[in-house]
Amino acid sequence: MAIDRTIYREIPFTPRLWAVTALLGAFLLGGVWAFAHVEHQGHVATGMTNQVVWGLPHVFAIFLIVAASGALNVASIASVFDNKPYKPLSRLSGVLAISLLAGGLAVLVLDLGRPDRLIVQMTHFNFTSIFTWNILLYSGFLGIVALYLWVQMDRNVHPKWTKPAGLLAFVWRLALTTGTGSIFGWLVARPGYDAAIMAPLFIAMSFALGLAVFILVLQALCALSPCPLGQALTARLTRLLALFVAAALYFTAVQHLTNLYAAEHAGIEAFILRDGGIYTTLFWGVQVGLGALLPLLLVYGRRTPPSAGLSAGVSLLVILGGLAQLYVIVVGGQAYPMELFPGYVVTSGFHDGQIAGYGPSLPEIALGLGGVALALLATGLGAKILRVLPTNLSDQNLAAKG
Amino acid sequence: MTCRTPDQAQAPSRRDFLRSGAALATMTLAPGVTLMAFGGSEAEAAADSGKRWGLLIDASRCAPGCSDCVSACKTENGWSGHGDPERDVQWIRKVTLKEKATGREVNLPMMCQHCESPPCVDVCPTGASFKRDDGIVLVDKHICIGCRYCMMACPFKARSFVHEPVTNQKPHAPRGVGTVESCTLCVHRVDAGGIPACVEACTAAGHGAMVFGDLRDPESEISRRLAEFPSAALRPDLDLNPGVRYAEI
Repeated sequence: MAIDRTIYREIPFTPRLWAVTALLGAFLLGGVWAFAHVEHQGHVATGMTNQVVWGLPHVFAIFLIVAASGALNVASIASVFDNKPYKPLSRLSGVLAISLLAGGLAVLVLDLGRPDRLIVQMTHFNFTSIFTWNILLYSGFLGIVALYLWVQMDRNVHPKWTKPAGLLAFVWRLALTTGTGSIFGWLVARPGYDAAIMAPLFIAMSFALGLAVFILVLQALCALSPCPLGQALTARLTRLLALFVAAALYFTAVQHLTNLYAAEHAGIEAFILRDGGIYTTLFWGVQVGLGALLPLLLVYGRRTPPSAGLSAGVSLLVILGGLAQLYVIVVGGQAYPMELFPGYVVTSGFHDGQIAGYGPSLPEIALGLGGVALALLATGLGAKILRVLPTNLSDQNLAAKG
Repeated sequence: MTCRTPDQAQAPSRRDFLRSGAALATMTLAPGVTLMAFGGSEAEAAADSGKRWGLLIDASRCAPGCSDCVSACKTENGWSGHGDPERDVQWIRKVTLKEKATGREVNLPMMCQHCESPPCVDVCPTGASFKRDDGIVLVDKHICIGCRYCMMACPFKARSFVHEPVTNQKPHAPRGVGTVESCTLCVHRVDAGGIPACVEACTAAGHGAMVFGDLRDPESEISRRLAEFPSAALRPDLDLNPGVRYAEI
């Protein structure tokens, strides 16, 4: 069977494209409003407190950053592991990875107490801080993926350079997610963190979340362009997604089982797994149930390949589960009190010994969604001005490539 | 440029000498006083690496219901609440402990423990959190970006984020919305040869539950009492070697 040459096309201007752009623009404006509001009022305008110091903006920011490295996996599978059906998707994978990271970093920076001091962060580095290393990892990721895209897109560059560039990007993305997980893994003070497994857990999460976002973005871009998207390709991506979901669930299980074995962590485990109210509900109901077990059942519990609609549904469920997981880790881990005095009941006017309350405010939600909108707009812009979207994603082509 | 009369050009009198000495001291100390809260490098310059400042808190002498140390800190450093306990800053707070096994209660003040290996300093991306040579842990307000990672890392919940614009700041303790702050061990007083306001207030109230001094000086009262009586560091499992020690918990 003949294979169509891979031809990349910019997405054309259509009324639907403008409508989607306007919708995302509205969310972006909402994010700008949220930033300006909090910048003017102070963080008193948010739900964050001196008990829960990182809130919903951090959940969104970490989600986007983790998904960014995962979105690059499609390119890695093609370049590093020579999987031909994924090769036409490499460019989009790179553009999406850069865009998601930009969106996540925007949320993180705009939630700083002093975002005007970004230049300070660019000129003062404390190399004992994993934050500092992450800044270098994030900046490096943007540069390396840009290089990777250039190698793929410039016809003057010999194709032999694609694999080394892809390998560098793949190794870098593993380091990046290790760094992001270590933000929590290296926090020795809090019982909910302080675990080396945070790094591989975040890597597994990134594989799943990045691919889920990739599937949805691919479907959306193909719907906005004449590019035909065969069901076989999304079905293949969705089955791979289920595998990544299983890996993330496995590391989650190991994380909690390890904690349960140590008596000193019994309190935080009882809180997350049994007594934590919203956090327990999110863990079992959304993270494990809707975000992992249901997708696994939907994908593996059938003999026929998943339809396009099912792929989209599964991807949405995985994203929902990922957001819940990050909420439980970020907010739940802070809500549970630190044990300053083992063997004592501690009380004070500063909520010592108490479960801290937290409710996200509108500016936090708007800032987080603004970051998502920024990432999607940047991806759309990339697909509009660069030739990243292939025209040969039909089922026939996939069958021919194997 | 001013010209000096022949009289003025004469050898300086004893009074002139003292005056110039005072001026020199002022010029040396004034930046040191402002710097300790403002700028890291100057603040570090004021520190004496031969000393390690510390506190010994005797919980048996800390009176229930007494919060003179907290009030003194508020007055000295110009922080106060807005009636929002979850967001209000707390440089020092009173904590009540009830032993689970026996029901015995003790009170004690909690503040920055001025660790020898402070996690807040390790995690700070810009180096705004820093430890002086004399062991006092501070925040350089010029380069704090308000990321709050130090608050995540502090095992003692000793740091606070300023959620609202602040007014009526003290010149020696500048504060700013969007930055993190904590107990400075009244470094402006210490650099001028004084003691922290909380210790002074506790002594004035007649409790004498707080002793301030140089942990490196074996003859200081704090060193002698630490050598003589049992005391404990909080979270000893983390091996942070805090400068604040507790007795009679």
